[in-house]
Amino acid sequence: MYLSVDRLKKFTFRPALMLFVLFSTGAIADPSQRWQLNMSPGVTELGQKIYDLHMAVTIICCVIALFVFIPLTIIIVKHRKSTGKQAATWHENLFFELSWTIIPFFILGFMAYPSTMTLIEAYDTSDSDIDILVTGYQWKWKYEYLGKDGKNFSFMSNLSTPRDVIYGDPTERENYLLEVDEPLLIPVNQKTRFLVTAADVIHAWWVPDLAVKKDATPGYINEAYTIPTKTGTYRGQCAELCGKDHGFMPIVVKVVEQAEFDAWVEEKSKAVDLSPKTFDELMALGKDLYATNCAACHGVNGEGIAGAFPGLKGSPIAVGDMTGHLDIVVNGKPGTAMAAYGSQLDALKLAAIITYERNAWGNNAGDSVQATDVLNYMNGGAK
Amino acid sequence: MGEHHGPEKGIKRWLLATNHKDIGTMYLWFSFAMFLIGGAFAMIIRAELFQPGMQLVEPDFFNQMTTLHGLVMVFGAIMPSFVGLANWMIPMMIGAPDMALPRMNNLSFWLLPFAFAVLLSSLFMEGGAPNFGWTFYAPLSTTYGPPSTTFFIFGVHIMGASSIMGSINIIATVMNLRAPGMTYMKMPLFVWTWVITAFLLIAVMPVLAGAVTMMLMDIHFGTSFFSAAGGGDPVLFQHIFWFFGHPEVYIIILPAFGVVSEIIPTFARKPLFGYASMVYATASIAFLSFIVWAHHMYTTGMPLAGELYFMYATMLIAVPTGVKVFNWVATMYDGALTFETPMLFCLGFLFLFTMGGFTGLMLSIAPADFQYHDTYFVVAHFHYVMVAGAIFSMTAAVYYWLPKWCGRMYNETLGKAQFWISFIGFNLTFFPQHFVGLAGMPRRIPDYALQFADFNMMSSIGAFIYGGSQLFFLYNVIATIRSGEKVSDDKVWEGANGLEWTVPTPAPFHTFSTPPEVK
Repeated sequence: MYLSVDRLKKFTFRPALMLFVLFSTGAIADPSQRWQLNMSPGVTELGQKIYDLHMAVTIICCVIALFVFIPLTIIIVKHRKSTGKQAATWHENLFFELSWTIIPFFILGFMAYPSTMTLIEAYDTSDSDIDILVTGYQWKWKYEYLGKDGKNFSFMSNLSTPRDVIYGDPTERENYLLEVDEPLLIPVNQKTRFLVTAADVIHAWWVPDLAVKKDATPGYINEAYTIPTKTGTYRGQCAELCGKDHGFMPIVVKVVEQAEFDAWVEEKSKAVDLSPKTFDELMALGKDLYATNCAACHGVNGEGIAGAFPGLKGSPIAVGDMTGHLDIVVNGKPGTAMAAYGSQLDALKLAAIITYERNAWGNNAGDSVQATDVLNYMNGGAK
Repeated sequence: MGEHHGPEKGIKRWLLATNHKDIGTMYLWFSFAMFLIGGAFAMIIRAELFQPGMQLVEPDFFNQMTTLHGLVMVFGAIMPSFVGLANWMIPMMIGAPDMALPRMNNLSFWLLPFAFAVLLSSLFMEGGAPNFGWTFYAPLSTTYGPPSTTFFIFGVHIMGASSIMGSINIIATVMNLRAPGMTYMKMPLFVWTWVITAFLLIAVMPVLAGAVTMMLMDIHFGTSFFSAAGGGDPVLFQHIFWFFGHPEVYIIILPAFGVVSEIIPTFARKPLFGYASMVYATASIAFLSFIVWAHHMYTTGMPLAGELYFMYATMLIAVPTGVKVFNWVATMYDGALTFETPMLFCLGFLFLFTMGGFTGLMLSIAPADFQYHDTYFVVAHFHYVMVAGAIFSMTAAVYYWLPKWCGRMYNETLGKAQFWISFIGFNLTFFPQHFVGLAGMPRRIPDYALQFADFNMMSSIGAFIYGGSQLFFLYNVIATIRSGEKVSDDKVWEGANGLEWTVPTPAPFHTFSTPPEVK
């Protein structure tokens, strides 16, 4: 039902090209990553320990595999009827049966000890230097800096790969699907604790190189931590099926020097810009914000998705009374995927999105709303 | 011997069937049809994942495909296929004239087509089919689920009822209808594994029914079992689901163990190495399966003590599983092996299931699982266990007993060709998935970052090969039934042992109207 001739054409034409790329040295991705076979130890001590554990267990499994598969292969080759062999009739042998029951216990014990130690270390979230509240939303992440000095700010982090690349040709795009509009910054060599939760469904916050994967569950606050030892940009993805765009909510964490981090905190802590904006400014800002925050459900052109998500083009709310529009954007619609954006975006961004929705794609409400109006509504009008 | 009327004519033979062979046949064909449908869903998944970017389907439809692929394969293909096998073989293996409860047997089969009609019809409903994964975690499946979720719940209820009835029937048959002299410790291993499986089913299907009923209440009656906003608990759902879900994987694999334990001795021409230890190992695995469920939930933020307990308990499963693998190898040692198609599939099982066991052991290590969890590494692991475990052994079973069922021999060349194509296609599909998983590709995503492109393309090519090999299988089975070479030998296979090989070939409509004497 979602098949179209156009897509089929694309599907039949491009594989030829892709096969060429597959067997050539063509640069579809960084060659060092392209054929990555194994887990990355990442940039934390814990990650290194997990990697070592993974390697130890893998090697033990390979050795046991040799113990099973070599005899099995010899038997298959030597004990064939076609070689004239007569089948024996014996069965059961207490010595072998006891050994292959008891020896595994020792092997398992050998694995259990380092696993236990590593697990205990992974659970030690005490004495953190930085605390970040991570909240999963369908389909983006919100980061809130909980400063010990009372500094506090939050921002949303959205996928920044444009939709026309996803539906077009992604092969040239560096960091395809692993790029966001605003990354999280954390300082190097400091213990950053993540408090992980979710606002709607269950997500999971995973950055392999930082050795953190924790479920983001509504109603729970899970803890995890990382102590990165190298600066750099580390990328991850949501690791728990959370609906339509589960594959499109990446995580980007930049590990920076303390000074850069402090400057970032200072900059982000500044108050929201409440100065009046012109209609055109609001529309321009709104267009970008709509694309990252709203288009996934309501469509790039406000057309929605039939049966699942309502269109905004010509919808009674988008061209009707301003209060109704403010209400649904700020407070959401409980019991549906429409989240309360009042807690996700600042007043200026909300004003821009609302203005855009009322005047784009032939919607002709003709009015606009300013950041101060949104703040007034939230302080007085919101329940 | 009393005079028996034959089967009814026409459609009534099937609608009103009470004969275990007819019902078994219907189960087997139904499960094969479901296997092809579930396989078609997998082909759509692999086609979309063939290259990066969205080409064929929308993300929401992709999620519907992963969900239905899982549900149809687990509940529609694998489980009913083994119930079909149980129906055909258990009475013949224990010298019983039929199943103990033939009318209930009819009902438990005929519920299934309706259950799956309800489930699959959701594809055509507004808002689409269930799209929350076969694990249907709340609140994605409750507050945020599509309207068709209610039909999904109804379908799960019906298939659960069918499974429970099927299990009661198997237990009643084995407890009451064994031939004189057939003590429990003389039963063929396939019967043993099925009895244990039936107890698992009776224990956990009601738990699944409870989970979906709570979902129904949350969706329609304003309760908040799984909604944090109403004081409920989304993690509770996972505990309930996996209390069902973990034994479920053994429900799928234990009958497969039984099949392999029948076939390997036949083609090794040597008795099973350790019958008793196999029975005890099966029982231990079944017991352990009840106390390890939260190893699917290592990243939910369980307390350290819980995490440690579930890790140790899960690691223990390696012991009885190892006992089984060593037993099969020891059975073949000093035998006189031949490599007919059923044996090839059993050897494929032995190699690949063991690999799935190793990755299972790796996944049991909680801190390492923090990196494996919900990646393609897990997808690779459970397909090694489900496909190379359950499906390979089921294919082996069909080739092994088909001559007894229809009195005709399958085409050995075609069978062997199917094995090698399946084996290569399967490994090409799933082996690279270990790599992309370790490299960081999450599961259940419709599109991926560029560094995963090469292995995903290999995976897709492998999947098309593996999928195509199943059409080969379908052709071979139909060709055998219609025009295979006739077999008249009761025993069919030189090394075969057991009561089912003492009845005429093809097996007549009624067998063992007078019970045989087992020494």
